[in-house]
Amino acid sequence: MITILFFIAAAVALTGALLTVTRRNAVHALLYLVITMLAIALIFFLLGAPFAAALQIIVYAGAVMVLFVFVTMMLHQGQASLKQEAMLFQPERSVGATLLCFILLGELLFLLSPLSGFSDQANLNQQQSIASTLPNTVETIGAKEIGRPLFGPYLLLVEISALMLLSALIGAFHIGRRHQEKSMTGGEDDR
Amino acid sequence: MIAEHYLLFFSIALFSIGVYGVMVRRNLLFMLISIEVMLNAIAVLFVAGSRYHNNSDGQIMYLLILTLAASEVAIGLGLLIQLYRRRHTLDVDQLSKMKG
Repeated sequence: MITILFFIAAAVALTGALLTVTRRNAVHALLYLVITMLAIALIFFLLGAPFAAALQIIVYAGAVMVLFVFVTMMLHQGQASLKQEAMLFQPERSVGATLLCFILLGELLFLLSPLSGFSDQANLNQQQSIASTLPNTVETIGAKEIGRPLFGPYLLLVEISALMLLSALIGAFHIGRRHQEKSMTGGEDDR
Repeated sequence: MIAEHYLLFFSIALFSIGVYGVMVRRNLLFMLISIEVMLNAIAVLFVAGSRYHNNSDGQIMYLLILTLAASEVAIGLGLLIQLYRRRHTLDVDQLSKMKG
């Protein structure tokens, strides 16, 4: 049964990705990208990686998407964008995204429903109930098993990634500065 | 339990879609989005590997990929904003006229 759920989620993810790279409108593409991320998060859940799934939703579908949407909104300003926004807000244009989202929602509801067989303690502790009631079950790798080696053998990698995040922060700030234009068009010395 | 070749095929398909996006689109924003799709395909592969080897190393690599993706998006979007300010377009082929 998990395989069937995986197939549905994979189909949603692939459809969303294909629609993402072929849309003309950036906001539509981002909408489909969010659906792809959510479907991949569901696949992580089915693989027994709840921590990775939560991170996928929080960081990818949350933070990264907010960055993309902010930049997309920044790039389109003025009267043309208002006209475009009026054109964007048509419910029939979002029918594909809505359909894909409802497929994911249906899968989630099915996982929580009595039909799937692990709904008894579902609200209490979902992973344990999955592990205890399903015959061909997945054993989960939770946050504890991930966090422990991060402070042990992977400590150097954690510090390197912290450095990378800091340098990305400084780099993004430096690249995105506005008054750099004048110094670039005037003289090249201010680089 | 999901058979591993299904996940492998899924990851390859997702990665191919991302490669297709980078190849076909000339809009810098869409190229960044396609790179995100490719990174997600690799992340699926790592988490699947962590599942089938039954240890947490793959998920730690997933964490690092997440960090990398966040940094890459921040820098890439900064470059995109600068490109738009200077050329008023997002066409990356415009950058071939750059004198540097």
